[in-house]
Amino acid sequence: MVNRLVWQNLLHRPIRTLLSVTAVAVEITLILTVVGLSHGMLEESARRTRGVGADIIVRPSTSQAAMGLSSAELNEKLQDKLASMPRVEMATGTTVYLLTSNFQTITGVDLAGFSRMCGGLKYVAGGPFEQPFDAIIDEVWAKEKNVTVGQNMQIWNRNFRIVGIVEPGKLSRVFIPIATMQDLMGWRGKLSQIYLKLRNPDDTATIIGELKQLLPGYYIYSMAEFTSLISINSYPALGTFIRVVIGLAVTIGFLVVMLSMYTAILERTREIGILKSLGASRLYIVGIVIRETLVLTLLGIGAGIALSHGAKGVIQQYFPILTVSLHREWWLWAGLIAVGGGMLGALYPAARAARQDPIAALAYE
Amino acid sequence: MPHIIEVADLTKVYRMGRVSVPALRGINLAVEPGEFLAVVGPSGSGKSTLFYVIGGLTSPTSGRACIDGQDLSQMSDAERTRLRKRTIGFVFQKFNLLPTLTAAENIGIARDIAGNRNFDRVHFDEILRLLGIGDRLSHKPFALSGGEQQRVAIARALANSPKILLADEPTGNLDTQNSQTVLQMLKDLNRRLGQTILMITHNPGAGTFCAHRTVHMRDGRIVEP
Ligand SMILES: Nc1ncnc2c1ncn2[C@@H]1O[C@H](COP(=O)(O)OP(=O)(O)O)[C@@H](O)[C@H]1O
Ligand SMILES: [Mg+2]
Repeated sequence: MVNRLVWQNLLHRPIRTLLSVTAVAVEITLILTVVGLSHGMLEESARRTRGVGADIIVRPSTSQAAMGLSSAELNEKLQDKLASMPRVEMATGTTVYLLTSNFQTITGVDLAGFSRMCGGLKYVAGGPFEQPFDAIIDEVWAKEKNVTVGQNMQIWNRNFRIVGIVEPGKLSRVFIPIATMQDLMGWRGKLSQIYLKLRNPDDTATIIGELKQLLPGYYIYSMAEFTSLISINSYPALGTFIRVVIGLAVTIGFLVVMLSMYTAILERTREIGILKSLGASRLYIVGIVIRETLVLTLLGIGAGIALSHGAKGVIQQYFPILTVSLHREWWLWAGLIAVGGGMLGALYPAARAARQDPIAALAYE
Repeated sequence: MPHIIEVADLTKVYRMGRVSVPALRGINLAVEPGEFLAVVGPSGSGKSTLFYVIGGLTSPTSGRACIDGQDLSQMSDAERTRLRKRTIGFVFQKFNLLPTLTAAENIGIARDIAGNRNFDRVHFDEILRLLGIGDRLSHKPFALSGGEQQRVAIARALANSPKILLADEPTGNLDTQNSQTVLQMLKDLNRRLGQTILMITHNPGAGTFCAHRTVHMRDGRIVEP
């Protein structure tokens, strides 16, 4: 019977109900999209790193954990030295430049070596480099920038000719010849990192041990270790950004729910008086307000989850380079956060309703 | 027989900021079970306030108000709330049905609030028959006439078999015809089912028609007519 009253109350003011539900839905969408985008981009980056097919990654002592590099501090000779180790099948070095505009990288590769390690780039159009100022891009980049083979692209204010488009999933979205990049960046004879493939992947731990002896101070990771570092924890600023967005989203939800329930209570002075005259306790009145808020937030959460899938679709349609992943566990978290904010918003209106003097509402007819 | 209502030296002062409004200035009143008492008096004489105190909606400022042997002046807010559930039924001039619920749901919510599990279906059906609203129960208040709304309100007030029915000008918003019907029904409830009723009315004729006894109020006191 109370549920019926709660439901009727919500239907009685459809616009207010709709607005509150929408606010919670926006809150949920904001949370899910920002978290989904951050996780999605990092997961995608880790997936592409695994696509290299290496077992071990060697980075210079100056590099920060998993951050993008934009520097080349390893001597090229190290690559040959590592390649000649008995249980190492091959080694290939790359140079990396991080584009601050979209957190993608331009990667300088020795195409032959890199292709062998990753099992071959799969060309959907065009083919390998022929000239120093040739570039290979992946399908996602091609779609995002709406470019195709034969067109030029600008990198560091230089014209590069797009000669090949490859399937995504192999380290980077943009490749140029490593020698060209070393020249342009003043990194002659230097590498950003070196990937090692072992004859037997089971040797990974042993070889990492040996390398650490050999190259003290260098960062030497197994692929599993390295990709696990590609997470929010490695990017404190990103973590802060996410928390700020969640905070703002919850504040919006909280304020709208609070205002909505507050006006609902004010306009129902008489109804609350009637319920009290029938013997409704404070708890009973609080229960009604809480249930009403709960229904609002649950509807908003449902709508928000649907909306975030819509947002994901739109983002990936218009910005193919962005990856949004909506994990179910985050539905739960975002839902709990929204319910928490909603309940907090219901607190004051509920307390006010419970404290209301019944005769003030009934006496002056 | 012991009195179901015993009021002695009862006062009630409303405080609104610095202003104090003395609404009741020493009321003495006793009502027996099964009695039908009419209260008449000019507007502002404290009739409604007396009902709110007896009905436990507000606490008395001083004096005693015993309902069914329990002294309201000694009760906490929560205890008075509990008393309202089962012992008191209110009927108001403006019907005061919950507008978003049907007639049946309005009655149902009263039972829900009281947590009334051993509800006497047969007895309540008799009340509904007496009130003649059996076929109007699925309607919302706006679809009911004033007379029907007031009869639903009476049914709701009686849903938990209260010992006392307090009716504050129940016919104040009704035309003559509907007033007569409602008064007749209250009289029937009292005479046939033994319901104790206190009724405020501005119409002395209504008092003589259905009440056993009429008391007059003026300036917060019970006075001789
Ligand atoms: N909630 C209230 N706050 C302050 N004063 C009130 C309140 N209710 C009634 N009064 C005052 O108490 C007096 C008695 O009112 P009331 O009991 O409503 O009389 P009646 O029902 O006989 O018209 C009046 O002067 C009225 O203004
Ligand atoms: Mg009055």
